[in-house]
Amino acid sequence: MDFQDYKGVWVFIEHKDDAVASVSLELLGAGRKLADKRGVELAGILIGENVKHLTKTVFEYGADTAYVYDQSIFKHYRTETYMKALLECSEKHKPEIILYGATSTGKDLASAVATDLPTGLTADTTELDVDEETGLLLASRPAFGGNIMATILCKKYRPQMATVRAKVMKALPPQSGRIGKVIEETISLKEEDIRTKVLEIVKETVKKVRIDEADIIVAGGKGLGSFEGFQLIHQLAETLGGAVGASRDVVEAGWIEHAHQVGQTGVTVTPKIYFAVGISGAIQHIVGMKNSGLIIAINKDKEAPIFQNCHYGIVGDAFEIVPILIEQFKKALSKEKVSNTSEG
Amino acid sequence: MLHIVACIKQVPDTKIIKMNPKTNTMDRRTAPAILNPYDAHAVEEAVRLKKRYGAIVSVVTMGPPPAVNAIKKCIEIGADEGYLITDRRFAGADTLATSYAVTKAIEKIAKHKPVDLVICGKMSIDGDTGQVGPGIARRLDIPPLTSVNKVVEINLDEGYAIVHRKLEDGYEVVRSTLPCLFSVEKTINEVPYSPLPNMIKAARYQPHIWSVDDLEGVDIKQLGLKGSPTIVSKVWAPTKPAGGTFIEGGPREQVEQLLSVVLQKKELFDLKEEV
Repeated sequence: MDFQDYKGVWVFIEHKDDAVASVSLELLGAGRKLADKRGVELAGILIGENVKHLTKTVFEYGADTAYVYDQSIFKHYRTETYMKALLECSEKHKPEIILYGATSTGKDLASAVATDLPTGLTADTTELDVDEETGLLLASRPAFGGNIMATILCKKYRPQMATVRAKVMKALPPQSGRIGKVIEETISLKEEDIRTKVLEIVKETVKKVRIDEADIIVAGGKGLGSFEGFQLIHQLAETLGGAVGASRDVVEAGWIEHAHQVGQTGVTVTPKIYFAVGISGAIQHIVGMKNSGLIIAINKDKEAPIFQNCHYGIVGDAFEIVPILIEQFKKALSKEKVSNTSEG
Repeated sequence: MLHIVACIKQVPDTKIIKMNPKTNTMDRRTAPAILNPYDAHAVEEAVRLKKRYGAIVSVVTMGPPPAVNAIKKCIEIGADEGYLITDRRFAGADTLATSYAVTKAIEKIAKHKPVDLVICGKMSIDGDTGQVGPGIARRLDIPPLTSVNKVVEINLDEGYAIVHRKLEDGYEVVRSTLPCLFSVEKTINEVPYSPLPNMIKAARYQPHIWSVDDLEGVDIKQLGLKGSPTIVSKVWAPTKPAGGTFIEGGPREQVEQLLSVVLQKKELFDLKEEV
């Protein structure tokens, strides 16, 4: 394998409801930095049906080139069809790096592609860099149970691949009118040869918990002791008009459902204010909230790592502090929002 | 009869694991080894399919000799047979080398009785990647169906399966030919307490134990550390952000100060991204 033949950074472009997914825009931002450092092109790879017009967005957010597979066989995401397109495109144009969002689709596709190429694949990356000289991708992620970061390399294979967490990288501000090169590709796949069929897509109308969109998050950890203790978090969140977050332990213990979990295997959040109550602050949690605007930690243990990752820390008993906090907030907030007082 | 293979892993219980505060690393000796919780759901689903359609449920794992305990746990849940592949040459495997070794084991199991369905958990709690399941599917050249949260139908006679795959805002109904591979969400089922007869069976059960030499057509270069394209180049504690100002005083004073900080910042944030 001659590494000289492999050039350029690619981003797999996810899209839904006729729009590019925000994680893909973030990856174009991250990919742009890698490509500039290496002095190579940044490309988006776009697979779907009636998706060609999305190249406009791909260029506005930083790509130089877009490879497009626009065929009816790609109407729904299926591992087999998308994988074949990506494998063929990679074989033909030989990128040095391919990035995917660490979404269910991105992870599914990347795992399959990595096996067939074969190449190394780093999962759920939270930091990306590239060695200017060697072109080695430095993909870092929390490891070993999430208490430490590890930088993963793939020295012997190209392309190098990684899935990257949503909301960790930053999209570039879009440059209206920025254009690039569209390379249209087709693949000869017959529907009858594909072993899977999407029969139906069912949208669930149930309002989903989306803590990643909240401005204020009150998150609780196992320091709250029990399901009953955790109710304190709900009370504070309600007082502030914020969302409830939780550490992995709390979710594993069944005090609250997984949609509330902040961290490596949960959601990455960037609220304006993040309260961490009774959360010790394992790295797998920190990576999910460290970009919050203002982080406030309340914990009994002065040595808890959360205090190294917050703006303000209070060493104390949550069951003592939080009720006072609720009481005082209510007083303060009632001055601003008089209507918001259904109960004491 | 339907033959289902569930792929499992024994993992350190990361919930209980203690940290070494000096090195900021996990002290693995303190962590009990358990069946990966996601895999318990995979085995449970296989056992439920056995009750629905009649099936033989085999479980397979790669790991050190004590991983027999994870297999015994699967027998408790209701699996019929367990296979452990264990060998120093497997050590240090990343997801690519792991899927290779496990595939070789499944191929050997399939010689005895063809495999119709492979079920994996969504991911392991120590590796956190979710990459091994789809990798096994590719190597066996069967369709991978990830994010499965309901099995609607398995039709062995006509050779298809219909499942729900979880999406961000709902689910999709997918039909696949058999054999295929599911990697299942935790929400697919609840793992009940094991019935007593299963526990008795599990206590006496001795799984099949294979080394590399017991497997067929193995390319040694694709195993373990040697067969792993990814390497961990360094392990580090992330840089600690500035700040971390402690608010001192009694609870009332602390809250008062905190309140002033928060309300002040709240004004600031209204200006948008000027932080």
